[in-house]
Amino acid sequence: MQDMQKKRLPLRRRAYAAAMIALMGAAVILTCALTVFFIGYVLSKGLPNITWELLSTSPSYLKETVGILPDIRNTLVIVLATLVIVLPFGVGAAVYLNEYAENRRLVSLIEYAAETLSGIPSIIYGLVGMLVFQQFLGMQTSLLCGALTLAIMNLPTILRNTQESLKTVPQAYREGAFGLGAGKWRTIRTVVLPGCVDGIITGCILAVGRILGESAALLFTAGFAHALNGCLGLMSSGATLTVALYVYAKEQGEFGVAFAIAAILMVMTVLMDLAAVLVGRFFEKRRNA
Amino acid sequence: MSDCLTVKDLCLWYGDTQALKNITMNIKERSITALIGPSGCGKSTFLKTLNRMNDLVSGVRVTGEVRYRGEDIYGKGVDVNELRRRVGMVFQKPNPFPMSIYDNIAYGPRTHGVKGRARLDDIVERALRDAAIWDEVKDRLRTSALGLSGGPQQRLCIARALAVEPDVLLMDEPTSALDPISTSRIEELTMELKERYTVVIVTHNMQQAVRISDTTAFFLLGELIECADTERMFSRPEDKRTEDYITGRFG
Repeated sequence: MQDMQKKRLPLRRRAYAAAMIALMGAAVILTCALTVFFIGYVLSKGLPNITWELLSTSPSYLKETVGILPDIRNTLVIVLATLVIVLPFGVGAAVYLNEYAENRRLVSLIEYAAETLSGIPSIIYGLVGMLVFQQFLGMQTSLLCGALTLAIMNLPTILRNTQESLKTVPQAYREGAFGLGAGKWRTIRTVVLPGCVDGIITGCILAVGRILGESAALLFTAGFAHALNGCLGLMSSGATLTVALYVYAKEQGEFGVAFAIAAILMVMTVLMDLAAVLVGRFFEKRRNA
Repeated sequence: MSDCLTVKDLCLWYGDTQALKNITMNIKERSITALIGPSGCGKSTFLKTLNRMNDLVSGVRVTGEVRYRGEDIYGKGVDVNELRRRVGMVFQKPNPFPMSIYDNIAYGPRTHGVKGRARLDDIVERALRDAAIWDEVKDRLRTSALGLSGGPQQRLCIARALAVEPDVLLMDEPTSALDPISTSRIEELTMELKERYTVVIVTHNMQQAVRISDTTAFFLLGELIECADTERMFSRPEDKRTEDYITGRFG
């Protein structure tokens, strides 16, 4: 029998271990402190500035109001329009690539291109969006132009995410449907897509988070207007919350408003992430019921 | 009894590998034909050529002839979906869809255009009764099929296959993932089904072949070595290799 008593390690190794543990502990404390400080700072500066008046009015020199209602509306319009544009393309392309395409080399080429696209800085999308949609296709600086740009920006992510979700659907489901005489499209529509809808929704929610946080690509394409034009205002220029934050902080020196917007965006981001988790859990539960 | 499926000189390649070599055999209607042989001998591959499930595997090439009631199923203009409706399939692992029990059974009929609540209700009940699972599930038709355990899941899959009123039922080792009691229930069910359906079953279990089948076909390395009446095959095999396999010398 070997001696089960713990042997005392040499002093050098004990000192080394203690030092490493201390360093790791410091890293943990620093990380937590930074995060908490950051969130706390934004919320403490921002929350007191959020008033009903701020949320419910448009900025006006005559009425002397500084409201962000148009920016909230613009943000919602951009998010919805982007999703409406990007979803059919992204999901459709993913279904084609995974379920129909025969040429594996072409598929991997497209996947590679999508990976590359998703790594490009967003300001470049803004530049290209401005040149293509605005100048070449003759759209004005408008929410539609911004939404189209963001749709292209989010296309690779939606595509790859949907592809990964499709891969999680067991092959046995497809075989079962084909074995009953279901055609390819019917199998996809009734068995494959419902089997991975949670993954697609989660991907959408994460995309919404990114759209909420996007500013660089919108500076060029959607513009800076703070007015409520029309009902949706798709064809007119408009600032989203992030762009408005930039304008208020950088050009007008309204830091109170800027921090209020920051706090709102932060809360929205947290809610989005929470929604992604909840959707995942909901489908998990339904699947196991 | 006439022949339901006739196979002539069937060869199949996966890319450059030949998986089936000149298979010629007939399958009698309203009987159970068992396909036996060691792993990788081509029996499952052969089974899947009978309703063209191999089409789903990329790089598969088939030559020769498979006739279902006289019609060449690899011929031009064949409706593969209609073929698969008539030649249904039950898989090795139970694969109910992640839907309710009712929707699982109704999936096939709906696919082929059956509408109307009353008609579907009828079909679902009949299919579940035919698969001897009605009494177990009649009070929980709306609950998820994934909540059933393995044996009932497999009988549900059989019911799902029966719901489209097939003529032939292909079963790919349907009991290999099940416990002995579930296995014997599926075996009993299969023997009842041959009153109305032609059954072709792949099995790893020779006792199972003896217990339920009328005809047995022995495959080895992609070739059909012997195909004969089950009783005769297991008492007086003609080929030395068949004898070696059924007496357990290899496999």
